[in-house]
Amino acid sequence: MALYLLRRVMQSVFVLVAMSILVFIGVFAVGDPVEILISPDADQEEKERAIRALGLDLPLWQQYFVFLERALQGDLGRSFVFNEPAIQLILQRMPATLELAFGSMVIAVLIGLPLGLYAGLKPDSPVSKTIMAGSILGFSLPTFWVGLMLIMVFAVQLGWLPSTGRGETVEVLGVGWSFLTANGLSHMLMPAFNLALFKISLVIRLTRAGVRETMLMDYVKFARAKGLSPARVTFVHIFKNILIPVVTVLGLELGGTIAFSVVTETIFAWPGMGKLIIDSINVLDRPVMVAYLMMIVVMFVLINLIVDIIYTLLDPRVRLEAKPA
Amino acid sequence: MSTTTAAPAPRVETPFRRFVAEFAASKVAVAAFFVFVLIALVAIFAPWIAPQNPYDLAVLDIMDGRLEPGSVGGSGIVHWLGTDDQGRDMLSGIIYGLRISLLVGVGSAVIAAIVGAVLGMLAAYAGGRTDSIIMRIVDLQLSFPAILAALMILAFLGKGILNVVIAIVVVEWAYYARTVRGSALVERNREYMEAARCLALPSHIILFRHLLPNCLPPLIVIGTMQIARAIALEATLSFLGLGVPITEPSLGLLIANGFEYMLSGKYWISFYPGIALLITIIAINLMGDQMRDVLNPRLKK
Repeated sequence: MALYLLRRVMQSVFVLVAMSILVFIGVFAVGDPVEILISPDADQEEKERAIRALGLDLPLWQQYFVFLERALQGDLGRSFVFNEPAIQLILQRMPATLELAFGSMVIAVLIGLPLGLYAGLKPDSPVSKTIMAGSILGFSLPTFWVGLMLIMVFAVQLGWLPSTGRGETVEVLGVGWSFLTANGLSHMLMPAFNLALFKISLVIRLTRAGVRETMLMDYVKFARAKGLSPARVTFVHIFKNILIPVVTVLGLELGGTIAFSVVTETIFAWPGMGKLIIDSINVLDRPVMVAYLMMIVVMFVLINLIVDIIYTLLDPRVRLEAKPA
Repeated sequence: MSTTTAAPAPRVETPFRRFVAEFAASKVAVAAFFVFVLIALVAIFAPWIAPQNPYDLAVLDIMDGRLEPGSVGGSGIVHWLGTDDQGRDMLSGIIYGLRISLLVGVGSAVIAAIVGAVLGMLAAYAGGRTDSIIMRIVDLQLSFPAILAALMILAFLGKGILNVVIAIVVVEWAYYARTVRGSALVERNREYMEAARCLALPSHIILFRHLLPNCLPPLIVIGTMQIARAIALEATLSFLGLGVPITEPSLGLLIANGFEYMLSGKYWISFYPGIALLITIIAINLMGDQMRDVLNPRLKK
């Protein structure tokens, strides 16, 4: 077990190093680092000073270590636009993105689980067929377009929900959160639902498949034969067992959700990391782009590592498989 | 039942005919197929079908800007789906936009399939270190969301149809590689492969003439689904302003153009291109679903 974890951590470190080399090559070897990292408004003298400070006069392999050292210290350059450290800019906007991502997870579970459960328990009813058809739609609908349509219906025509921004926030731990105020929640509802769309379909399908599989298990038959009420069989014997795959997949989807929030945040002008990166790309604020890329890579490697570790703890089969190798 | 007429020789059941017959068992899939063919035809023959050439600035009249669906423009054309801010007929814009969306979607899916299939077969056939290196890269690629990777590639490459295709190929080849490797590993140990190796055929013949055709069914299924994904991805990237240039608007860019007019209630500029996108993606997905059921031996009795 310890050996497996150690190997898994080593793998993650290896991926991080590999990605840092890729980013480094992208920025320093393929592109012109002077153009990428130094503001185009800088004059000649400023430029030369920056070149020395960034170590761009050194040989390439030495430059990589300078880059790595600075990255490890959390220094990935300053934004041209905000003139603030790029990392700081991204970290400031991270809570908004995380809030949105978790909000969409909650919505996906709240809508997806009951529908999936119903479709699994009564697979032949017309309602179930409608639910399943709807889930195909959820996979096929272009999410950004649905976001626009949501704005059109609920913000423009009905005027029920605000179309942009985070609304009122409450400071907790030095960070503003929208979900603690009614106004903030109303701002969050549409973007979170939009982001959840794909995951709702996913949860419906997973739950339905899980229910149908679990229903045939001996322990469920036995529970029924024992004369337990259908509600107890459903919610204790079946429900508990389908939760494992649903939780796992949702955990794996967290990364994808954060990634896709780029689109949702742009539509709803939600001031998170995703909106920051799109704005930065549009004005060619390259230090922010590089910093975002590195941050995302770190985040993904961490998420994958954590999911793997949790999986190992939950599922003994993974542990056993790892041993003989 | 006796057939006395000199019937033509009984049709031989080829794998392709069996596939067609089983595919046709689902009416939904057949309908989706015809919808897709119709969309493809419309896209191919766009210049002859569209009421207006949306790129020809000479026929555009800014006075026709943002007309409602069904209104008649200055040049006497009825704009069934309205016009955008520059007075461009939306129906024509959508027909031309479909062209670009399909071109990018199908093009990138085909290139990604070729790259992925070659690398996947190579991994399975060579095994050992080649296999583990290729599959590590695949794992790495798949652990990273497609939209983000494509976004970053385009951020550094810049806009352009070719760049979008490159970005989509880079993020999607791994799906094909993994699928093809999986089926190639199974096929590798079959007798016909052993026979081919015993005949001392050159590697490229074994790979492409013997191994590849037998790995095709799953590749076709993945490929169909990936076309839909590629179209959606391109639309998303173009919507974010990173995809195709403004001179060659795809459906995603048309939707993006309508975004700012949405808040003033001019819904049609974004609405109709989205419907076109939706129909295309659903048609492809429904076809893919049926193909998966037909080509998956595990689901057969």
